[in-house]
Amino acid sequence: MTMLQVSVYRYNPETDNAPYMQEMQVDTGGRDLMVLDVLHLLKEQDSSLVFRRSCREGVCGSDGMNINGKNGLACIKPLSECVENNRLVLRPLPGLPVIRDLVVDMTQFYRQYEKIKPFLINDTPAPAIERLQSPEEREKLDGLYECILCACCSTACPSFWWNPDKFIGPSGLLQAYRFLADSRDTATRQRLAELDDPFSVFRCHGIMNCVNVCPKGLNPTKAIGKIRTMLLQQAT
Amino acid sequence: MVTAVTSFGRSGLYDWMMQRITAVVLAAYTLLIVGYLITTPDLTYAQWSGFFGHTWVRVFSLLTLLSIGAHSWIGLWQVSTDYIKQTGLRFVFQAVCGTLMFVYVVWGIQVIWGL
Repeated sequence: MTMLQVSVYRYNPETDNAPYMQEMQVDTGGRDLMVLDVLHLLKEQDSSLVFRRSCREGVCGSDGMNINGKNGLACIKPLSECVENNRLVLRPLPGLPVIRDLVVDMTQFYRQYEKIKPFLINDTPAPAIERLQSPEEREKLDGLYECILCACCSTACPSFWWNPDKFIGPSGLLQAYRFLADSRDTATRQRLAELDDPFSVFRCHGIMNCVNVCPKGLNPTKAIGKIRTMLLQQAT
Repeated sequence: MVTAVTSFGRSGLYDWMMQRITAVVLAAYTLLIVGYLITTPDLTYAQWSGFFGHTWVRVFSLLTLLSIGAHSWIGLWQVSTDYIKQTGLRFVFQAVCGTLMFVYVVWGIQVIWGL
């Protein structure tokens, strides 16, 4: 028996006055399981444990959580990369309201995403088949379009913790730049005008927590830098 | 677009740019003063006073003083909007910071220009 000590955040607003950490033990059989597998083993022990999951392969972004102090996707985080001293601590994503156990209310996160108008805006007449892009233009979207909106980055960002209603956050800003950089989008000026306030973009102080935690290896800080450059170029 | 009437320039881009420009001024002034102190080991009052008697030093000092005012206003405004959630308290904090900065700038002008 290879028992792993797991400490998991529990909170059921219907029965608990306050959240608490539940200590549990899981037999991993010596295998290097993913954290999501451990969660399923925990749920076999205690079916009242609640967490989100769907694709279990790092594509849907449902199971973002705080694993031993660092945000990540439970489904693609092997125990060998996060367990220290045979101990695994699981908490919900920080900064967002907890609905129950590891499930957080993502409303504020999605509201920021909504603000950046995450769709192509093009006021020129629609072509017969499709709007073409050169390989070079398409290349500009690499490192941007891959975002799965798991919220690991934004909930690791202190600026988002303090001002989740005003600061767009790394995830939303990465997406904002994805549309600013798109050759098929014609609303660049309006998009930039929406971002030129002291909070939306400029609350980023470049501490790069977002880059540190992104499970897809993306770089929101770099995208934010590019937005700043675009704002500066337009204004000077 | 988030509105913010108490920020330095009402524009994120403007505040961000000012923060960087004033930082360059502050760094340059620090280098000047430290460089002067290193190259003048046995500094006397007469030398120090003479150094600040140059118009360019006074102008540079005044620019630095104004830069400190702008730089600290932008910085402390950001700190207050991050950590002080109660509007009344935040406003009082900002008002105290603003008043202090104004006093320091006026007082500094008096000192530098020997008024």
